[in-house]
Amino acid sequence: MRNKLVYVLCLLAAGILCWQLYNILLNLPNEKDQGAIYRIVYFHVPAIFTGFMGFFVALGASGIYLATRNLKYDAFAAAVTEVSLTFATIVLATGMIWGRIIWGIWWTWDARLTTMLVCWLIYAGYLMLRRAIDEPTQRARLSAVVSIFGCTDILIVWKSIEWWRTQHPAPVLSVRDGGGMAPGMESPIYWNWLALMCLAAVLVMIRMRQENMAREIDSLRRMAHSY
Amino acid sequence: MGTTSVGSFFGSFLRDTLAIAAKDLRSEFRTKEALNASFAFSVVILVLFSFAFDPSSEQLQTISGGLLWLVFSFAGALILNRSFARELQNDCLDALISSPAPAGALFLGKAVANFVLLMIVELASLGVFGIFYDSRFGAQLGSIALVIALGTWGITVIGTMFSALTVNLRMREMMLPTLVYPLLIPALMAAMTLTTDLMNGTPFGKDNTIWLRVLTGFDFIYSILAVVFIDVVLIG
Repeated sequence: MRNKLVYVLCLLAAGILCWQLYNILLNLPNEKDQGAIYRIVYFHVPAIFTGFMGFFVALGASGIYLATRNLKYDAFAAAVTEVSLTFATIVLATGMIWGRIIWGIWWTWDARLTTMLVCWLIYAGYLMLRRAIDEPTQRARLSAVVSIFGCTDILIVWKSIEWWRTQHPAPVLSVRDGGGMAPGMESPIYWNWLALMCLAAVLVMIRMRQENMAREIDSLRRMAHSY
Repeated sequence: MGTTSVGSFFGSFLRDTLAIAAKDLRSEFRTKEALNASFAFSVVILVLFSFAFDPSSEQLQTISGGLLWLVFSFAGALILNRSFARELQNDCLDALISSPAPAGALFLGKAVANFVLLMIVELASLGVFGIFYDSRFGAQLGSIALVIALGTWGITVIGTMFSALTVNLRMREMMLPTLVYPLLIPALMAAMTLTTDLMNGTPFGKDNTIWLRVLTGFDFIYSILAVVFIDVVLIG
């Protein structure tokens, strides 16, 4: 059943991405100020939506783990964090390429960029911590606490950095402040978001299966040693 | 009856906290190991800074707050690293956990002791900084002291919490800074901005009180989170 779901979501993601790639590259005109490079927005913005959503889901899963002490939720939190970190990396990479073309620099210490980088560092630390602990329940317990501390920190960084300095353009989507994009140019962002969410779900499912298997092997190994 | 039992709970919590803090401070003042190492390290960093930029330039005025907080947070790591690790010998940590003192009191006691130790190191290095880099902070002394106290509490709360979290790990010395510094960014950012302003003679005002709020909010949120989650970290 789960296997089928993985294939269906995979096909869905691939289908939407191919269709939108055609749309983005061949149908849509260049943007009047930025030219062709603006197309990177169709991967940059969906990736950040997917990544951030994943971090909040991981926060929820960590909280549920602490409440129930069911290792299933820990595996879920770990899988979601890993996948979200991948999307955060995509956001940073696409953002840097875009910045190099439009601003002429790879990086600037702007509010949004800094928040994203802090976020990346915190969750990279989370994954390193997981590797440093062998005992599954201790690993689950401590990494759940780190996830809660990390997510709180991102909210503080997000708020506090707003007063700092900003070079990054304000959101242009119509869900906030009426928006500044033509309707035909905006819809691929949402389609790609859907595709990336499907892709993220597939990756999380595969990663969780690995995590469960690793735990099973580990417990079998312990059992074998105890004889 | 209800208020009395709540009152006696807080009374004993406070007593336990102070007992742990006094124990930590007493054992540190007897050896002065962490204090000496931390102070020596901060002087070394202060000397190294003089090679990184021209120490007599105007530029120093604009980065002085940042330099100081880098010194404070690096020196703090040395003290915080040992906070829980020193209890590993002779299974002291297990004894502390199984003692009647609640984990929250154990945490707060250690945090208070670390705060005092870190403040001592910071005041000493502030003096060295003033001499080496000709900084005058007499005009805003009260405000600077407030910022230093708030920033140090932020470093201490996060540092003590993660010292407890990493105490049983293989790569403790490496994991602690990797986890602590990214989390400290909002507090350090606020403290750096405020300290630079105050050192240049700008008092608290419309432009920078927002950073005071960030710093206070950070301390408040993480103090509560740490006391709530320390049970999970230490006991399970």
